[in-house]
Amino acid sequence: MAVMLTPSAAPVKPARPVRDRHHRGVSRWVVLVLVLLGALVMLVPFAFMLLNAFKSPGDYSSSGPLSWPTEFYTKGLRTYWTTVNFPLKFWNSAIIAGSVAVLGVAVSLLNAYALGIGRVRGRLWIVGLFLLANMLPQEALIYPLYYVAKQVGLYNTQLSVIIIFTVIQSAFGTYLLASVMSTFPRSLLEAAALDGAGKWTVLWRVVFPNLRPTLAVLLIFFFIWTWNEFLIPLVMLIDNQTQTIPVALASLQGDRLMDAPTTNAGALISLVPAILFFLIFQRTLARGITAGAEK
Amino acid sequence: MAVSETVAATPPAAAPTPPVPRRRRRGRNAAYWLYLLPGAALFLLVIGAPLLGTLYLSLTKWSGIGDPRWVGLDNYQQLLHDDVFWASFRNTVWMLVAMVVVPTVLGLLLAAVLFDVIGRRFKPRTAAALRAAFYLPQVLPVVVAGIVWGWILRPDGAFNSLLDAVGLGALRHDWLGDPGTALPAVMAVMIWVQIGYPVVVFMAALQRVDPELYEAAEVDGANWLHRFRAITLPQIRPETFVVALTCTIAALKVFGPIFALTRGGPDNATNVPSYFAYYTFFKKLQVGYGSAISMVLTLIIVVVAGIFIWMQARSERRDRGF
Repeated sequence: MAVMLTPSAAPVKPARPVRDRHHRGVSRWVVLVLVLLGALVMLVPFAFMLLNAFKSPGDYSSSGPLSWPTEFYTKGLRTYWTTVNFPLKFWNSAIIAGSVAVLGVAVSLLNAYALGIGRVRGRLWIVGLFLLANMLPQEALIYPLYYVAKQVGLYNTQLSVIIIFTVIQSAFGTYLLASVMSTFPRSLLEAAALDGAGKWTVLWRVVFPNLRPTLAVLLIFFFIWTWNEFLIPLVMLIDNQTQTIPVALASLQGDRLMDAPTTNAGALISLVPAILFFLIFQRTLARGITAGAEK
Repeated sequence: MAVSETVAATPPAAAPTPPVPRRRRRGRNAAYWLYLLPGAALFLLVIGAPLLGTLYLSLTKWSGIGDPRWVGLDNYQQLLHDDVFWASFRNTVWMLVAMVVVPTVLGLLLAAVLFDVIGRRFKPRTAAALRAAFYLPQVLPVVVAGIVWGWILRPDGAFNSLLDAVGLGALRHDWLGDPGTALPAVMAVMIWVQIGYPVVVFMAALQRVDPELYEAAEVDGANWLHRFRAITLPQIRPETFVVALTCTIAALKVFGPIFALTRGGPDNATNVPSYFAYYTFFKKLQVGYGSAISMVLTLIIVVVAGIFIWMQARSERRDRGF
């Protein structure tokens, strides 16, 4: 492709010595086409998914995965929806990710208040420990967690997954918020202290309102990360009543029921909540990724 | 950034001046420990204790039932002679290529092109739409991505049909089923999954760079590549560190896509430590051995993260020296 495009760019180049910007009038189109091609490659799997989610199994086996569906077939979608009990799986995923997001932010806020604003002794080591905890492979924790959860009756409950991810996510949140809070304007804190505000009041009346945008971003991150988690839910949640969307889809993999159209239909519905979420929060996210990257 | 650093620098400068309130300050700070209490308790419960538990189990033989039998370092010795273990770590190196090296380099280039060429010489909205296209796979739960790609790469899947359609039918292949092509195929999927993350982070980083730097360079006659190397790269180094570190950790820990695509097969061609440990724990019920694998992986991650953070601190210190 690139070979085809470059020659057309070369001869059209104007010989006149113009400013750089005009000079590259054609090559910028070459760049655009190349990037567009790249973007197209990225989107092809999604196109495959759409194309085959609404195809009947007969149609699929006779004309293959690339053909246009002969009819708008929704039975694959419905089969998946009912056999997997998608609304329940959706609810499970939402309740787990939602609780983790809220609890994780709350724990991060408290931790970071002590570390970033309280500047307790040894805070650098503590922050480092939290950061490290977030990086640990989950395999290094999973067996004892699994064993203890079985002993105390938390195995196969959403609560177990919520507790575990609250800690894992807040480990990252503590790291991020502690560094954000260490730059919190001291004058604001001192003014509040002069007014006789205690630490608890300062946290909720001064620190919390000022950090609200960062906390919102953290909330969204925690939600999406937890939504997409796999290993711990796979180990902890074993039946249809408790499983999350990714676990449910993965445990049906290779099942006779999951012919190609049903697999694609299933993947497609699993994608919808994530994409909706992405579109709703795209602005906040773009801002938040910067906030995260700078520290 | 500059503003936040000045603010951060204020308290230490102010603290030593009054000697009497200093003691009071320390006393006051002690109360902050209370705020750390819930977090610390949860941390010990969910991370500290299980980590120690795994460390202990790695020194035992245990099937998950009855009592673990102490065997000292036997599991680790056995690991050294285990071909699967070595294969899984060799594959991790390839995962680092697919999830760190290629996405970071390609992402840097794409972000610069989208920001500089597409965003400026076309409409910013075009750049934003393209960015969204590259980011889309990141939104997909990674296991779902694995399942869809598993279907695409099947012998009767969409990729082979596509090859047929463009007249390359001779290349038809069982991409994930052949030990020779499974790893490259998984790597390609991982690049597809990962690329959006650096693109988005680097594009955000580029917005931070002072446009006057570029204009000055342009007036001086620097071409795009010059500007990229002299301005873009050094300016967004902090973000590059963050991207490289997070991608490296993700690559060392990769589990979901392997589970969905190949389950480590065929013939361990795509096995990774994380999946190897999971399989040893829950399918082979060798808890001690699985724990040893996990501990080795943990040690590697801690060391790699330590090196990254040390390098980052050193480069920041060097920057300040200028």
